[in-house]
Amino acid sequence: MINPIMFIGFYQLAELYQSMLSSIGLNTSVSWLYYGLAAASISFIVINTMVLSTAFYVWFERRTIARFQVRRGPNRHGPFGLFQSFADVIKAIMKENTMPTEADGPVFTVAPIVLIAPTLLIMSVIPFGEKSFLGSLNIGILFIVGVTSINSIAIFMAGWGSRNKYAILGAMRGAAMLISYEIPMAIGITSVLLISGSLAMTAIEESQKIWFIVVMPLGFFVFIVAAIAEMSRTPFDQIEAESELGSGYNTEYSGIKFAVLFLAEFMAPLITSSIVTTLFLGGTQGFDFLPGQIWFILKTFTVVFILLWLRATWPRLRIDQIMSFAWKILFGLGIFNIFLIAVEYTILTESGKSELSKPDMLIMGAINWIVTIIILFVLMNLFGNKKLNRPTPIPSPLANMNPEVD
Amino acid sequence: MYGLGIVKGLGVTMKNLVLPSRQFNIYQYPDKKASPIDLAKSANRNPIMFIVSNPIKAIRSLIGLETMKERIPQNPRFRGQEFAWFEQRCTGCASCAKYCPLGIIKIVTDTSGVNQQEGQSYDIEVFDIDMGRCMYCGLCVEACPYDALHMGSGFEEGQYKREDLIIDVNRLKKAEKKPSTWFRPQLTNQNYDPMSGDSATSQQVGRHQKPSKEDQKGQWVNR
Repeated sequence: MINPIMFIGFYQLAELYQSMLSSIGLNTSVSWLYYGLAAASISFIVINTMVLSTAFYVWFERRTIARFQVRRGPNRHGPFGLFQSFADVIKAIMKENTMPTEADGPVFTVAPIVLIAPTLLIMSVIPFGEKSFLGSLNIGILFIVGVTSINSIAIFMAGWGSRNKYAILGAMRGAAMLISYEIPMAIGITSVLLISGSLAMTAIEESQKIWFIVVMPLGFFVFIVAAIAEMSRTPFDQIEAESELGSGYNTEYSGIKFAVLFLAEFMAPLITSSIVTTLFLGGTQGFDFLPGQIWFILKTFTVVFILLWLRATWPRLRIDQIMSFAWKILFGLGIFNIFLIAVEYTILTESGKSELSKPDMLIMGAINWIVTIIILFVLMNLFGNKKLNRPTPIPSPLANMNPEVD
Repeated sequence: MYGLGIVKGLGVTMKNLVLPSRQFNIYQYPDKKASPIDLAKSANRNPIMFIVSNPIKAIRSLIGLETMKERIPQNPRFRGQEFAWFEQRCTGCASCAKYCPLGIIKIVTDTSGVNQQEGQSYDIEVFDIDMGRCMYCGLCVEACPYDALHMGSGFEEGQYKREDLIIDVNRLKKAEKKPSTWFRPQLTNQNYDPMSGDSATSQQVGRHQKPSKEDQKGQWVNR
């Protein structure tokens, strides 16, 4: 995810445009003009680089998962199959753009755009460096939570619009799952906000004297599980369960519309990893010998790799297991985590200081790690014993497995 | 403890990623990289002499541009893409066409010019097998009462057109006869291996030997 915007500041570009316009002889007091130009050019760069990096990410994902599962992966187009995504895109564009006769035309057509727009919008508030961001919104993380909830509507539009039973099944599951997992995700974010005290992404990043993954492992666990479900990747890919639903909500899509759906789907891991990096891994923090942007990329890459690892290993969960996991376990863990962090924060700031210092965070981290390990151990044993105490099956007398000699 | 299994699973996949020895069975000859020693072995020469005489090939192989030309040994029971058909054994009964679940075999026979009194079989004019739709179930091979049709042992019959995937009678006649030993225990008993490079004869592939003239005569007389 190498992004040119990381090395250009928004205000520098605006000043550049201002000087260019004034050299032509335009009135430089028209500030909206050069701010608009700067924003337009930066969004152009961001969108195109995101699309390009997604193309290479798809190749990376396919190759890595293939190696995890002892396969080859794409290896024909270009060196190591690097141009596979471009071949796929060209194929998708040249294909006929079909639509079922019974389909709801406008909804069917708009759904891919509705799906990709919020995914790209999230990029606008993620800080890649100290001065590299599209917009420093003071409600950054709230904006992300709000915008990502559009996904469920877009997936339902795609399923509803295509008038296909498999598609509508996938979309119904998707709507239920995405809405359920938004709650644990928001709760996981809330525990971060309790310490940082601000909704702005840059402020959250600055408040991490110790990375929040060390301070609150339980919050990280809740957030990352909910985020994987929000992306609807394995083990939560009930939306397009290939072995059950054909291809789920995108069964009827073909051509460029399918390419856009595919793009949005594979852009999500990159963006989610960058959110995780900002919230829990200290964002651009790192040692001085590399610039912050490089550290950001490295951390994002690590998170992406872990997501791939999980995807390559675990099978798909059933829809009822997914829902009960969200409501019975993840929700409770999130609430407990908020309670824990709030109590610790109150005790540690009793002396009147407004911010936590580094040793305070270390103390919190030590307590939280112990609590997390105990909770996970207890949960595992609870569930394990339930499964292991299964009664031995009594064979039916009709089966006559050991016939006696008369 | 419940839940440790998923962590163990993560360990297994990580081993797959990290250890090259885990990736052993995914390389077949068009992609498998050849070292200079491999090249020398395939040319039946001393490695040093080979490198001295073919320096360009040796350098290319060191960079990783040269690939193996030989297949990995594969099971003789592998059901391959091309069919081995023995014209001498075939009577044109079309059992294979009848038993094919996809109906992709077409047989047209000609009875003219055949002396049925002498036990001659029909001329086979058309024997089309549409490999584009074949699923390699092998039911045609099981159905053949005279052991005339055998699965092949190759896997590289990719074509650019669907029409080229149809195997016709001339191609079946001309093709090298390397039958898979699948459903042919007589081949296994003879230790015949299609990967060895020898092609099988029509005498070899049958379960039963055709009785000689004397035997036929004797049977007739004794009855």
